[in-house]
Amino acid sequence: MGLPANYKYTKEHEWIEVKSDSASAVTVRVGITDFAQSELGELVFVDLPKVGASIESGKSFCVVESTKAASDVYAPVSGVVCSVNQELANAPQLVNESPYEKGWLAEVEQVSPDSLKDLMTAEQYEKFLSGK
Amino acid sequence: MSETATDLKRTPLYESHLKLSAKMVPFAGWEMPVLYNGANQGLIAEHTATRTAAGLFDVSHMGEIRVKGPEAIEALNYLTCNNISRLVDGQAQYGAILNEEAGVIDDIIVYRFSADNFLICVNASNAAADYQWLSAKNKHDVVITNESSDWGQIAIQGPKAIEITEKYFKHNLSDIKPFRFKDLEYEGSSVLVARTGYTGEDGFEIFMPARFAKQIWDGLLSVGADFGIKPCGLGARDTLRLEAAMPLHGHELGPQISAVDCGLERYIALDKPEFIGKQALMAHKQSKNRKKLVGFELKEAGISRADDKVFADEELLGKVTSGTKTPTINKAIGLALISCSNPETDYPAGQRIFVEIRGRKVSAEIVSIPFYKRKKS
Repeated sequence: MGLPANYKYTKEHEWIEVKSDSASAVTVRVGITDFAQSELGELVFVDLPKVGASIESGKSFCVVESTKAASDVYAPVSGVVCSVNQELANAPQLVNESPYEKGWLAEVEQVSPDSLKDLMTAEQYEKFLSGK
Repeated sequence: MSETATDLKRTPLYESHLKLSAKMVPFAGWEMPVLYNGANQGLIAEHTATRTAAGLFDVSHMGEIRVKGPEAIEALNYLTCNNISRLVDGQAQYGAILNEEAGVIDDIIVYRFSADNFLICVNASNAAADYQWLSAKNKHDVVITNESSDWGQIAIQGPKAIEITEKYFKHNLSDIKPFRFKDLEYEGSSVLVARTGYTGEDGFEIFMPARFAKQIWDGLLSVGADFGIKPCGLGARDTLRLEAAMPLHGHELGPQISAVDCGLERYIALDKPEFIGKQALMAHKQSKNRKKLVGFELKEAGISRADDKVFADEELLGKVTSGTKTPTINKAIGLALISCSNPETDYPAGQRIFVEIRGRKVSAEIVSIPFYKRKKS
């Protein structure tokens, strides 16, 4: 599966897609990468954050669960959750099948443009993965 | 993971697993397949195949201990908690090895070949300790040998399992009743085909000299291909046994839990004259500080896991021993060990409890177990 070139990535294997930006605040959509979903195995449950919740970069904001274990997903940015992927309630496996599109987790607004600076480009994430 | 690949033992089927794109993981000192990668494989596919066609499981890591001698029955009656005297030749029986406090050292299946020749199948994680314990505690005229490295073991389970096995061995096997076994002639030696299993499905657990394991594994997969057989890893093995509410040592059973408190009552013969753990069991049965193993279903979104705390409103009752969302039941279910005064009447099916998942109390309902029962054919 090809890494979307316009997304940003973290070392914790999350991706960020900028949905809209202004000079002061940005809205992003986030999810986990193909590498992450492959490591986790088939998901049977996704515990999404509540709309309106404040999330902090580096802290767990969502839990994805396979039959064998529950895993934290760490917030790649700080901001406020403005929507979550309702489809995952009935079809958590969308995260495995389509991690970059149908399996998105949440949208986050009021993200400071600064917190996007340290994220990796697709090329950098690719390199990071091959170092594993 | 503290074990390196070189410290882990490998079954005779290790190469076969790699060829099938298995994801190998350490388990009880062995390198075992947890699932197989590829199209139509993976935990959910493997679990489902076992319930609808057939699943093939490498269980060669399990241990085998031989007890032979003129006092074999007396020895086993003393060393284990079930009634060995009830067995006839070619019969198997589930039971347990208890310590003096009636805690479970291991749960076992005993196979009687003859009155002076028995084989005990034990859990991989406890094989060495079981053999040490039995040897140390034995006071009867028997020879106890650890035969674990001599044996390979393969389980074939599911609605098509018997048909596939008959086809491979070219032998009628459907006359083997549940918990009975046959010694089949095989390539100048013999294999033991037992109608037992750990999935809630019909099928066999087959014991063979280790050198035959690979060809039997390959043969069953080949013959079973048209029937929809799949190789299954430890992941599916666990979800299958949980749906069938079968206990796992280290979860529902352990040396710290009295055997009468964790669902083993049916397998304890308290009227035997003397056996290890008997005194403690008698005392525990009289106590008001009992425990009970219950099955439950979550009533709100979430999945509960082993060690999650269980509450009745504010009162801490105990903990979850095993829990996940399983493919056939398709709900978040689990087993829990909870405190009670009277296991017969307390906490019946229908009663509500709470399971604490990541700090949040989630509503659950006690349900009767097993969660899954196969249709009678």
